[in-house]
Amino acid sequence: MLADTALAVMWVGLTCYALFGGADFGAGVWDLLAGGSRRGLPQRRLIEHSIGPIWEANHVWLIFVIVLLWSAFSPVFAAVLSTLYLPLTLAALGIIARGAAFAFRKASTELWQQRLFGAFFALSSLVTPFFLGAVAGAVASGRVPPGLAAGNVITSWLNPTSALGGVLAVTACAHLAAVYLCADAARDGERELAPVFARRAVISGLVSGAVAGAGVAVLHADAPELFHGLTHRALPLVVLSAVAGLLGLVLLHRNRFVLARPAAALAVAAILWAWGAAQYPAMLVGGTTVEQAASDGAVLAACLVVLAVGALLLVPSLWLLYATFQRRTPAAGTGSRPSADS
Amino acid sequence: MAVTHDLAATAWPAVLSAVDKVSEGDLAAARAQMGFSLAWHIVVACLGVGLPALTLIAEWYGIRTGNPAHRLLARRWARAMGVLFAVGAVSGTILSFEMGLLWPGLMGRFGQVIGLPFALEGIAFFIEAIFLGIYLYAWDRLPPRRHLLTGLPIVVAGVASAFFVVCANAWMNQPRGFVLREGKVVDVDPWAAMLNPASPPQTVHMILAAFMVASFTTAAVYAVALLRGRRDAYHKAGFYIPFTLGAAVTPFQLVVGDWAARFLAEFQPAKLAAIEGVFTTGSHVPLTLGGVARDDALRYGLEIPNGLSLLVGYSPSTVVQGLDKVPRGQWPAVTGVHWAFDIMVGIGLFLLALGAWLLLSWWRGRRSRDELLDQRGSRLFLVLAAIGGPASVVALESGWCVTELGRQPWIVWGIMSVRDAVNPAPGLMTGLWLVLIVYAGMTVATVYVLRRLAKGTAVPLAPQEQDVESYPVV
Repeated sequence: MLADTALAVMWVGLTCYALFGGADFGAGVWDLLAGGSRRGLPQRRLIEHSIGPIWEANHVWLIFVIVLLWSAFSPVFAAVLSTLYLPLTLAALGIIARGAAFAFRKASTELWQQRLFGAFFALSSLVTPFFLGAVAGAVASGRVPPGLAAGNVITSWLNPTSALGGVLAVTACAHLAAVYLCADAARDGERELAPVFARRAVISGLVSGAVAGAGVAVLHADAPELFHGLTHRALPLVVLSAVAGLLGLVLLHRNRFVLARPAAALAVAAILWAWGAAQYPAMLVGGTTVEQAASDGAVLAACLVVLAVGALLLVPSLWLLYATFQRRTPAAGTGSRPSADS
Repeated sequence: MAVTHDLAATAWPAVLSAVDKVSEGDLAAARAQMGFSLAWHIVVACLGVGLPALTLIAEWYGIRTGNPAHRLLARRWARAMGVLFAVGAVSGTILSFEMGLLWPGLMGRFGQVIGLPFALEGIAFFIEAIFLGIYLYAWDRLPPRRHLLTGLPIVVAGVASAFFVVCANAWMNQPRGFVLREGKVVDVDPWAAMLNPASPPQTVHMILAAFMVASFTTAAVYAVALLRGRRDAYHKAGFYIPFTLGAAVTPFQLVVGDWAARFLAEFQPAKLAAIEGVFTTGSHVPLTLGGVARDDALRYGLEIPNGLSLLVGYSPSTVVQGLDKVPRGQWPAVTGVHWAFDIMVGIGLFLLALGAWLLLSWWRGRRSRDELLDQRGSRLFLVLAAIGGPASVVALESGWCVTELGRQPWIVWGIMSVRDAVNPAPGLMTGLWLVLIVYAGMTVATVYVLRRLAKGTAVPLAPQEQDVESYPVV
């Protein structure tokens, strides 16, 4: 019971990381595709404006998931990180490059610096979710056996399911970011950008749907156990994801940007929970169950109590953060800020 | 609490998987990568703990006195804080990855034992990140005093983060809160693990070190500016605020350092023996400064008769345990640990003397505070203060070397060796090279950006900041 609770809390953290942190990565992808330094300036400015104050807090969800995984399910943590050493090292380096370059770009004034740091920021925003998705694919397709580096160091993450996971992660992040940015643009007086991002949101949403659809065939061939779970126990969640995704696209089409946000978020969250439901109670498919991997009851209880108390501090703090920056500023939209192009 | 100090327990029954696969090169690479990324992160983390306090002091002064120099200082430091916090956040995340990527043997077995402090640290870090976002970006959205208040959680959470993380490190020195039964970790008491005997001295020592490093490095930047002749109110305040804080903390740090060493004498005598280069157990042990460990003795050092016995037990007849009580295969690298310790203490005393100089000049009453910087000896004082910044970083790294190298070959003192903990996957050396390249780039960029911020024109703190353009640039 304690172990299941810990797993559920960890999955909530993973969902938050996908919905918030993932959108920050997606914003980096759009930064990459924004075009030349002059044409792309308004978009890049909107992206910086939107994710600047919140990306570090969003990033903490990843640390939350990692720490909870090692505290509550130590053997699974050891098995996953030792076997998937390569993609996780690459994801870690991507995380470094993304965060540091974003901060450096903001502190730079000259165009060549902004271009250099911007390129690092944008490229690593593409690479990091890909590798994290590949890691998810490796775990979901049962390629991580228990034990230290017991799986194949290469093929555990270079395989069809990992490729599916990586691509789906990138497109889903991009979709979330575009949906969120629509409403940000509409609110912050960058009205001409809202339809731009709405179009991108629709395209990335359709691409995500297509990738997921193709994924059905991939999983059928490559990860039969996961396929079975997704088409049986987790089927309602898969359907929910598809319905929410379609609803989001309709709302975008009708310029209901604020309402499109929860729809898109639900579509992504439902896929994550579908994966969890399909695989449960196995943590390492074919090897370790939740009960087998769970830590001592005292550890689980202590961590859950601490997190519950922490939530009492965190929820109002997060509310303050988002509320502070989701309000319109009186000065916003005047465009008097020194141009990043100068 | 139940503790197992059974040295024989190192022979793990089939340690999760084949340890003999590990090559010497990969073990060295893993240690180098962990050491390097920790050594990098620790500097940024210390600035992340100390700099918010300095910034808040400057901002508070600015609000209270209306002095524009203080307000400008607060803005400048906040900008540096934004950059440092970002690189600190990501370099810290990498460490949590590396715990599993490099040391899965440790985490698979003991991850649950040290999970609690990390969960707490996660919460503290979350609070820090949230309020940093508000503090940095809402400068023009909140009234001044409310804005100042949003900075307080950053300081509190920063100190708390340092406390929790160092608790986990202290556990590696004093593993508590679990029982080993047939090689299995059972009966875990996470609170006893977190609040182990090494936690109090180590955490206090580290937190004070963070404030010292942040203070003396910031002061050094302004000491250089003052030496270059920019003796205006802005640069003087930029020097005095951090330097006073650093000078105030230093005496306490020496007392705490003494406590930490005394703690080792009781709880980790082998570590103290390596630190002081004591090979033979006995009384009337001298304190040796410098020297080289050769043929089971510390040679060519400067010996103070009875010094160590006096320091440990206030009496020459105090018996100090030497390395002869420890199997030879479990000795840390004595010369390195000993030198790191001497360097740390030497720099600590140097910084104490600098602080005393400041205090003395105040006591002389006739001069006002600012005249310290204008009198004849001020040049020497400022040169030394400018050296004090980098020196404090060297002391920090040396202290870190003492505690980490002094723990070798153990990753969990007396229970698990680093060799048993390392990832048996091939190719760790490649990871080391990748990490070195990325960190080299990040180091260059961080220094470059911070230098630009220090002298650059008024860059907006954030896209939301509209009024910064009108700020004077000194």
